Amino acid sequence: MGFFNRLRSKKPGLEDRSSWERGILVFSHTSEVIQAEKLIKESGFSIKVMGPPPEIRTGCDLVIEFPLIEELNIQRLLRGQGVHALQVVPVTDHLLQPVDLFTVKDFGEHLMVRAANMKLTVDKETGVIVNISGGGCPDVPYLALEMIGKSLQEAPKPQDIGHTLCGYALHLAYEEMTRKCW
Amino acid sequence: MLVVVGTVPEDDFPLVCGRPDFDSSRLRVEGKYIDVNRGTPALLAAACRMLQTLGQEPPLAFLVGDTGLGHGSRRLYAYLVEHLAEHAPSSMVFHYLQPDVNGHGRVLMAVQELKTRPKLIADAGFMYAAKMSGQSLEYDLFTPDAGELAFLADEKAPHPFYTRGFILSEDDKDPSLITRAYVHANAARYLLVKGRSDYIADSSGILATVDSPSSEVMEAVGGTGDTLTGVVSSLIESGLDVSRAAEMAARINRIAGSMSHPTPASQIMDLISCLPGAYELIKINQKLC
Repeated sequence: MGFFNRLRSKKPGLEDRSSWERGILVFSHTSEVIQAEKLIKESGFSIKVMGPPPEIRTGCDLVIEFPLIEELNIQRLLRGQGVHALQVVPVTDHLLQPVDLFTVKDFGEHLMVRAANMKLTVDKETGVIVNISGGGCPDVPYLALEMIGKSLQEAPKPQDIGHTLCGYALHLAYEEMTRKCW
Repeated sequence: MLVVVGTVPEDDFPLVCGRPDFDSSRLRVEGKYIDVNRGTPALLAAACRMLQTLGQEPPLAFLVGDTGLGHGSRRLYAYLVEHLAEHAPSSMVFHYLQPDVNGHGRVLMAVQELKTRPKLIADAGFMYAAKMSGQSLEYDLFTPDAGELAFLADEKAPHPFYTRGFILSEDDKDPSLITRAYVHANAARYLLVKGRSDYIADSSGILATVDSPSSEVMEAVGGTGDTLTGVVSSLIESGLDVSRAAEMAARINRIAGSMSHPTPASQIMDLISCLPGAYELIKINQKLC
């Protein structure tokens, strides 16, 4: 089972907890959110990466929504890996939902997936990433340099080397492309 | 003088302010070499090529290394606030920078304090910050692509990543999204929307549509939007009014793209080298008409 498929599988018994009272973890930087998301999901907790509510004035442009009942477990897990949340607060209002719509274009030999403002194009036969376009945050040109010319399996994952919301959007496009190509 | 403000995707690239040389494969600013792949280097290379073709002086570039952590962008914001008054730009284009509402606000104030207000163009991260701060109307031109137009049209989204689905699903409905962006004051005085059809618009509606030559694969090629922003900024710097410059830039970028025989795997240098030829072709056609 591939890495991303493992992430999508939730441990039995934790599934229903997503409806419990929710809290959010606030981090100082998007790259910490990405790291924390990976750690928490790998441990089987049901979480979502969301936009911060307007009353949160510290931290970055992403938060992790989690079942509040799991706060101690999740905080312990993160501390053990050297990741520290700036704040933990209960959810009191509607959180911004990240993009979940993908546009797919088939150019014959190449396939392009767009998530929000980010586009990823691969060679359908080899799985090699041939282009990355769109986006406006400074890690986009860097991600393109690191990923273009490598296969989906070989290329560094945007969630591992990206730092911004554009990087996160590219990761969603990467995941969708992986689903389509595998 | 056209001022270009943006980032280079290297952590250790220093903050530089200088006139670039472009030798058809690499840029050199203040003795530092920069590869041209996409992002601000692509915009800058296109602007160098176009300004040279137009007989104008090269742009003045404010650049800093930033791979997404935002440290470089914040240094550049602070540098601009302190040093912009030492220059007299007639037009400025802001590009790949970490979206930062406070940084944007301070830079905009520094621009507003200049003796003569330059024409202001924003794209990429700085355009996001301009929209987030509610000051879009201070700008003369935004150059969004389809995904970014949906973000401008969504009055609740602080970044394209949070554009609501019912707006994103309006793909191919650019005209209605343009209207929505203006209704909520989230567009600049003019918009140049890059897409299958390029639209030039203002608050009264669509002023021009450019849809040929058409090459669908151009959407996949990284940097085509950056070169378009570089071309339109150069034409504005040469004295064309914003809407005319936007329409002409859309044509030049499309023709240059077509001349480069693109595939989804093409790289942006192929298009940049065709910009002078595309401009000359348009000039010849205008004379014939």
